[in-house]
Amino acid sequence: MELTERHVEGLKHLLYNMADDLLILGHRNSEWTGMGPILEEDIAFSSMAQDKIGQSLALYNILHEMGEQEPDVVAFTRNSTNFHCAKLVELPIGEYDFSLVRHFLYDYADAVKFDMLSKSIFEPLAQVCRKFRGELKYHTMHANIWIKDLTNGNEESKKRMQDSLNLAYPIAYSLFETNEYEAELKEAGIFAGESEQKKIWKKEVDAVILESGLTIPMVKNEEDHHGGRVGNHTEHLQPLLDEMTEVFQIDPTADW
Amino acid sequence: MKTKESDITSLLEEVMDPEIPTISIVDLGIVTGIKLSEELVEVTLTPTFSGCPALKIMEEMVAEKLNNAGYKNKVRTSFETQWTTNMISEKGLVALKKHGLAPPPRHDGYVELDVLSDTPCPLCDSRNTTMQTPFGPTLCRSMHYCKNCLNGFEAFKPVS
Repeated sequence: MELTERHVEGLKHLLYNMADDLLILGHRNSEWTGMGPILEEDIAFSSMAQDKIGQSLALYNILHEMGEQEPDVVAFTRNSTNFHCAKLVELPIGEYDFSLVRHFLYDYADAVKFDMLSKSIFEPLAQVCRKFRGELKYHTMHANIWIKDLTNGNEESKKRMQDSLNLAYPIAYSLFETNEYEAELKEAGIFAGESEQKKIWKKEVDAVILESGLTIPMVKNEEDHHGGRVGNHTEHLQPLLDEMTEVFQIDPTADW
Repeated sequence: MKTKESDITSLLEEVMDPEIPTISIVDLGIVTGIKLSEELVEVTLTPTFSGCPALKIMEEMVAEKLNNAGYKNKVRTSFETQWTTNMISEKGLVALKKHGLAPPPRHDGYVELDVLSDTPCPLCDSRNTTMQTPFGPTLCRSMHYCKNCLNGFEAFKPVS
């Protein structure tokens, strides 16, 4: 099938959303390197950071083949208003319970998205998503183990998990912000859409939440934390970008 | 004499994984294409993990190997074929164990993560083991403990 100009625009929007989420959460995960509560968790968050940044690079490469700038330029020279990441991924790492709950909510959303996109008629994206799917299994597996273990640890650990879930769960809806291309991409068989993704995600995360012994938080308005996909961000994103791009700003040709 | 694909494969069998020096990139299953023309040898590699830092190094190692043998070449990386651990050869599985890594079990396209919980110990072959964490010193490894010989060990993770 021939892609129309609108399809290409919608695909670029989708690719930037995905790649920016991965780059920013990858950076946040890497903030646990050397700081993890135990050695294994230090390694886990560092490994997940490496996977996510690798995946973002593969997506920026697809964008580059579609005529966008080089991956390094795209990653290191945009201001926060030009980033498309959802608000969930840009929030600071907080305490370990928050990072863990965010990782659980985010990775389930990506697992659903990669699964949906592995059937996309846009073959370059389908190929990488088939690859990402296998890698991501270890992320959701890791999340499952810790959500269950800490909820069933002691009173304090259970309270911390529930408090973090109450905070992160409504913000996780920022991942499913819809856009003007959704219907056309669905129609063309490129991507079945954020609404469909949200439905499957909710069913899956709610099952783990209940099974662990936590309560599913109420969400009054699913759109409260939207805006990231069109460049409206929290005050936390720009300082992250300033830190992430520090070396590049000093010497754009630096090699390491 | 005309170069055959098997000549190139033999050469690439001498290129070892920089992180696991007992296994060649051919046995690891990441060489997904060899194309020969009058002028050029084109080799396609596929990443084991999207974020694997060794890939760039392996591309350079392949180019160097072919240059030294006098072949003008082009090496590229592509996701067209998605790597799974089923693409590791039998010889490759033995090589992993030789390096002290529990080789990944074969799978039918869907990796059941339960298989990690009693991974056979590469040192004493006991299945009385436990997984400590699905992440390890490199993206492709998980960490385990053997309750029989009381040693910690690493496994090469099954990937579908």
